[in-house]
Parts: sequence; C-alpha cells; structure tokens
Amino acid sequence: MGVGIKVEGLNAWFGKHQALFGINMDILPNRATAIIGPSGCGKSTFVRCLNRLHETNPDARADGKVQVKDMDIYGAGVAPVDVRRRVGMVFQKPNPFPSMTIYDNVAAGLKLNGFRNRKKLDEIVEKSLRSSALWDEVKDDLRKKSGASLSGGQQQRLCIARALAVEPDVLLMDEPASALDPISTAKIEDLIFELKENYTVVIVTHNMQQAARVAEFTAFFLMGKLIEFDKTEKIFTTPSDKRTEDYITGRFG
Amino acid sequence: MLNASPTLQWHRKFADRLATSLAVLCVLLVMLPLAAIFIYLVIRGIGSLDLAFFTQAPKPVGETGGGMANAIVGSGIVLGVGSVIGVPLGVGAGVYLSEYSRGQFGKLVRFTADVLNGVPSIVIGIAVYALLVLHQHYSAFAGGVALGIMMIPTITRSTEEMLRLVPNAIREAALGLGIPQWRSTLSITLRTATSGVLTGIMLAFARVSGETAPLLFTALGNTFWSTKLDQPIAALPLQIYVYANSPYDDWHRLAWAGAFVLIALIVVTSASVRWIASRGFVGGVQ
Repeated sequence: MGVGIKVEGLNAWFGKHQALFGINMDILPNRATAIIGPSGCGKSTFVRCLNRLHETNPDARADGKVQVKDMDIYGAGVAPVDVRRRVGMVFQKPNPFPSMTIYDNVAAGLKLNGFRNRKKLDEIVEKSLRSSALWDEVKDDLRKKSGASLSGGQQQRLCIARALAVEPDVLLMDEPASALDPISTAKIEDLIFELKENYTVVIVTHNMQQAARVAEFTAFFLMGKLIEFDKTEKIFTTPSDKRTEDYITGRFG
Repeated sequence: MLNASPTLQWHRKFADRLATSLAVLCVLLVMLPLAAIFIYLVIRGIGSLDLAFFTQAPKPVGETGGGMANAIVGSGIVLGVGSVIGVPLGVGAGVYLSEYSRGQFGKLVRFTADVLNGVPSIVIGIAVYALLVLHQHYSAFAGGVALGIMMIPTITRSTEEMLRLVPNAIREAALGLGIPQWRSTLSITLRTATSGVLTGIMLAFARVSGETAPLLFTALGNTFWSTKLDQPIAALPLQIYVYANSPYDDWHRLAWAGAFVLIALIVVTSASVRWIASRGFVGGVQ
C-alpha cells in the first residue's frame, strides 16, 4: 500500500548554491502527484531529496523534515539505504544494468541485498514484470537477453519493474517518459494509473498535458520555491498565483 | 561557378588522393618494423623449436640439446606471484580512485601511480633487491614482488579509466534500489566494466612478462629445475638474455625459440582472456 509523505521546511544545496528553499508539502497516499516547473527550478532536486539520493552528489546536502509514513528520513540514525528501499525511483533515461539479463535486472535489488530464496525470487520477478506491463514481451527471454538489448520504452518499463521488485511504498519518477516515443509514453502513463492502486507516485514532468492526464495533484516549482500546490484541475484552470498562470499559459519557461 | 570548373575538380580529387596515400604510407611505415620483427621471430623461432625445448632443462655447456622447460614453469610462477600481488592492489586502488576519492588524497594517489609507472624497471629491481634479497637471498618470491609492483600502476590507472566510463546513471540506479555502495561497486559498476578492467590487467601482464631487468637482481635465474618460492628460479626473459649473449650456436637457437614462445604465450593469454570477458558480459549476479 502507498503511504503519505509529509515534507516540512526542506532546504537543499549544491555547494554554496541553494537549490530548494523551505519546501512544505503534504503528498497523499495512493495518488499521483506531478511536479512541474521550468528547467532548473529544483523539481529533480526535490524528488531526489525524497529518497536521499541528492546527497550522493559531491558537495550536495539537504536539511528539513521528510516523513514517509512513520519514518523521518532525515532523522538521526536513519540509513539512506533503508530509505531508498522504501522509496523507489525511476530515472529520466532508462538505465538498466547492462551486464545483467532481464531477470537479473529485476532481481538485482533483492539479490544484492542478500535475498536468496529462488522460488520466491521467480515469483517476485514475474509479478513485477506483470505490474510494469512488460511480462508478455519478455517472458521467453528472461535469462537469455541482456536488459540493454530491449527497446527504449521496454527498458524504461524494465526499470519500473526493477524498482517495484523491492516492494517500495513510494515510487518517484523523474521525467520517466521524456526520452521515449509517444507510444511508449502512453504505455508508461497507463501504467502510472495502475500503479496508484498500490503505490504513492510522485512524477516530475516537463509536459503539462502529461501532468493533467496522470496526476490528481500538481505542484508548481519556480527557482527553488514551491509556488503552488493543489488539485491538478485547480492548477490548470484557476491557479491562485499569477506566476503559475503565466507558466501554464506558456508566458515563460 | 566553383564546382563546375573541371580543373578545380581535378585539383580537389588529386589533393584528396594525395592525403589518403600519405596516411596509408604512414600506416605502412609504422607497421613495417613490427611486422618485420614478428615475421623474423616466427621464422627463426619455429625452426628452433623441438619437443625437448618444452620438456627438458638446459644441458651443461658443451652438450647440445636441452630446453627451457624450467624457465617456462619459472616464468609462470614468477608471473603468478606478481599477479597475486599486482592485480588485487591495482584494481583496488583503481576502484578507490574512481568511486571513493574526492579531493587531495586521490590526486596524490593518482600522481604516485603515474610516477611509479615511469620508474625504470631496473630501479624497481634494485629496490626489491635492497628490500628482499640483500638480507636473505635471491628468490622467485622477490622476482614476483618486483613484477607485481610494476603491474600496479598500469592496472590502477586503467581500472580507474574503465570505471569512469560506466555511466553515473548506473550507479544511481543501484543506489536508488537501496543497494549498499560497496555491493553496487563490486557487483554492478565493476561488473559493467569487466572487459575493460581485464584488458588493463592483460596489458600490465603482457608488459611485465617480458621484463628482464627487474628479475636480474631478484629471481636471478637458474639452470636447474626449481619451483620453490624461496630459491632462485629460471624465467624465460632471463634465459633468453643469457643464451643470446653466449658464444654457442645451439644456445642462440634456444634463445630464438624462447623469444617465440614468450610472444606466443602473451598473445594466447590476452586473446583467451578477451574471449572469456566478451562471453561473460551477460550473466547472473554472483
């Protein structure tokens, strides 16, 4: 089941440059929340703070409070590794492990964390590939083909399956369809609809139509600040901030 | 019209052919000495090979026949010791440089590796002589240490370069799955770069397998059978050096055969390692 995320006073830096300023946000469980805004506004940095991936950049740091269900992910004694097992991520460019078969790609998160039960592993791999709508296309080549031999759209669904296999509560998607053709994009969007039943989805997107199609809630970021966060319909029809209106009507960005 | 003039067109074609021919000529000039050495070596080497070369130790001076079986085995032992020392240290340092080092210490390590790479092999031989031989005695182990030290910088730098070629997206994907960094480095980053890292190891191996100078003060050479790590041991380059310098025709013959076998061993090892690496690219997480 998906869980809610409560963000309070989140700041992030790259060296001396501050990328996020005091973000407060309440992300509801089992919903898709879209993050929109012009390039460089901090969208990606924001989602990367939700699984503590931001701090893996040299000189990058973050502070504030991010509560994923009962876990304060920036709390003392919380290991980033544990956070990332509960908050999965799909990246902009499909990034399957090129040295692994399709099966091993999906199983990697479990196997490399010491999971050894082969029968259970088979089940989880099948279930994850079914959830990411890739099973029928790859079931005959699971152990024969490399993950890198699939098409771009298939690779991205493989990456989704890989993220789902560790059974996270939240799925972060950083522009998951921006490197894909329209048909693959449509498949990913359909997928997001199904994933909402079991996961909380946070999706960064450059494409406002996509935000309108898949997300119940939308947040508009500008220069590291959260300008407006509301129901998607409200953001796209009657935004309360002038800057949001300017952005969605295409006056800048 | 510029492109309509027949003279201009002729000029252009001529210039193009001239440039191409010059480039081809340069390639031929580069390849010529290499090919000449190789062909001469093959002709002289194969003609000098016989079964005794692979099965017998050298005969005493004055007797003809004999072989370099002891030196082939000796080279294998010394290179084995060298690899056991050089490969893990080199790969480990390369992983450190690429995956963990940030800032000054990494630069220092990189600089040290580059300097070590430029140190003449005879100097390394003398250093190991002072460390391991002076207070004990010549030994196969000392020879292996000298070769191992020579392998480290090449392997370190090539491992680092190969790991840097692995896209950062792959590392982030692993971190995003909650895989600890050491595990992801070993099972994903290093695995992705396996064939490149192996190529670097092979280059270092090929380079030191022909080294003579560092073995002169360490392994010393041995005309008798010995496989003991703490005793002087024969090695192909040493044997070739001694035999080629000798006044006997039969020893010259053996030196040619030795040189040929040395080259052949290097070619065969690197080819087989490349082959294994290319086959092993798709496989399970171990």
